[in-house]
Amino acid sequence: MKLRDQLRFAAQNVLAARWRTLWIVLAMAIGTAGVVLLTWLGESGRRYVTDQFASLGTDLVIVLPGRSETTGGAPPILGETARDLTLDDALALQRSHAVRRVAPIQAGSVTVARGNRSREAMVLGSTAELLEVRRLHLAAGAFLPPGDPHRSTPVCVLGATLARELFGNDPVLGAWVRLGDRRFRVIGLLANEGRSLGTDLDEVVVVPVAASMALFDREGMFRVLVEAGSREVVPTVVAHVERSIAARHEGENDVTVITQAAVLGTFDGILRALTLAVAGIAAISLVVAGILVLNVMVVSVTQRRVEVGLLKALGAAPATILQVFLWEAVLLSFLGAGSGLLGSEVVSRVAASFVPELNGDPPAWAAGAALLVAVGIGVAFGTGPAVRAARLDPVAALARR
Amino acid sequence: MIELRGIARTFRVGDQQVHALRDVDLDIGRGEYLSLMGPSGSGKSTLLNVIGLLDRASGGRYRFCGEDVTDLDDAALAQIRRQRIGFVFQAFHLVPRLTTAQNVAVPLLLGEVPAAERRERVAEQLAAFGLSDRAHHLPEQLSGGQRQRAAIARATIARPEVLLADEPTGNLDRRTGEEVVAVLEKLQQGGLTLIVVTHDPDLGRRATRRLRMQDGRLVADEAGAAAQEGA
Repeated sequence: MKLRDQLRFAAQNVLAARWRTLWIVLAMAIGTAGVVLLTWLGESGRRYVTDQFASLGTDLVIVLPGRSETTGGAPPILGETARDLTLDDALALQRSHAVRRVAPIQAGSVTVARGNRSREAMVLGSTAELLEVRRLHLAAGAFLPPGDPHRSTPVCVLGATLARELFGNDPVLGAWVRLGDRRFRVIGLLANEGRSLGTDLDEVVVVPVAASMALFDREGMFRVLVEAGSREVVPTVVAHVERSIAARHEGENDVTVITQAAVLGTFDGILRALTLAVAGIAAISLVVAGILVLNVMVVSVTQRRVEVGLLKALGAAPATILQVFLWEAVLLSFLGAGSGLLGSEVVSRVAASFVPELNGDPPAWAAGAALLVAVGIGVAFGTGPAVRAARLDPVAALARR
Repeated sequence: MIELRGIARTFRVGDQQVHALRDVDLDIGRGEYLSLMGPSGSGKSTLLNVIGLLDRASGGRYRFCGEDVTDLDDAALAQIRRQRIGFVFQAFHLVPRLTTAQNVAVPLLLGEVPAAERRERVAEQLAAFGLSDRAHHLPEQLSGGQRQRAAIARATIARPEVLLADEPTGNLDRRTGEEVVAVLEKLQQGGLTLIVVTHDPDLGRRATRRLRMQDGRLVADEAGAAAQEGA
């Protein structure tokens, strides 16, 4: 029997059993759409997160004081700070061609007050470089003044929310606020930044690092952000940081260096794994649909025993019977998977129009994989009944009324 | 063209061996008209199925057109059925979702005949069996006689040499049955070997060679042109 005739014969069977076809196509479609949509959601999420990271610059190297080490069989202790990471340590990192900017950061919590209004806020002590390194934007005024970082100038830059809470509609620039027991003049306002890596930038006060050192009476930096000249020289910068710190800390390399690229890579990996896991769970629904195919094909073969017997009497070889039934299973799976893909396309368009973060189309590989898996499952589960049909004894089959 | 030697067929039903055929020897020549009669369970349908290569003998040898077919595999047997043997059943066995034309075309589909030639041959065949105006009807829209004519048209469209009919008139009233028999006999006179299994003594008598079976054995083999005047 020619392929075209086999296909037509199978199609006639599929069309003749309309309800049966409808249900199985529906089940297959739901499974396929599930795989595609969940993969799409996962991918969108991954892209959103990695984009967020990338906006901070993938050429960022973060230096943390302390280093986790295992010594003498004791359990590893994280952040055991042998020596402070000082401002001079930070400034020393500048001495490399690979380094573009360095921004030391001190962080601490303090009460910010203006008149009788006060609010607990996070203080970031840093330098003028922070603006560029963290890609911050100003809504008004100026950022910290450049110049010698050791000079403590009593000026500050307020986060958007904090400024609104303290000042309402009053003019902010040039006004004085109290941080703890010191007075600072507001010289700038941050634009709405939202959260970034766990810090609500709308709720911070940025002051010169020397001022925060005095405010907290602390020498050590919370961390140092080092911006590499480009993504390619990041390894050079890391080596440079480790060398410089070791040279300054009596040969001991007691800092932890994290690269933004590594963090990004880790998140990327985790989210990709999550996406695949979710898609895998959705694929289980495809297997369920496959069992439905099995069920339907078993019923179909049983109902059509007489017809199979007849085809054999008319001279159909067992292989022909097998092929016709397999084509039927493939056709059903294909119809189901096809409608599923169509459905997921519609759903994703509608969803994306409501939630702009869900950008892009469902990934093509997910659609392809779902289609392949659906048809594969159809064949896998259709084979058993088809083999049964091919082996059917024509005499027994024809004897039934 | 058909030579059966010592053919036996046993079935297992539970613990019991049922001997449907015992030691059957039979030679059938090209163009013969045979009837096969006997009580229910005498093995006549089993013999017909063995002759039609639908069923395998448990013992003995079978030569079909000079070729020993006893040990051929299923695919080879299917090919012989497709090219040289036609079946007509009591229950017609038309595929219910296919039209008359599509049903008649099935053997040509299996034989991989090109679509254009297929259409032509189906149209000729339908015309020859008086079914042209029923070409696009489903089996359920046909009368019993039309259904059996369609089934015969299907059985003979691949131009087989042997036509095997198992109670072809069993589901038809007397008059329609006679029409169907006339169709079969006309085909036989055209050179086809015709073997009819029947309960109906009138139909059985029409054959030029009459076999009678009992308990799986051939008990009578009468030759003689008793009913040629009916054709």
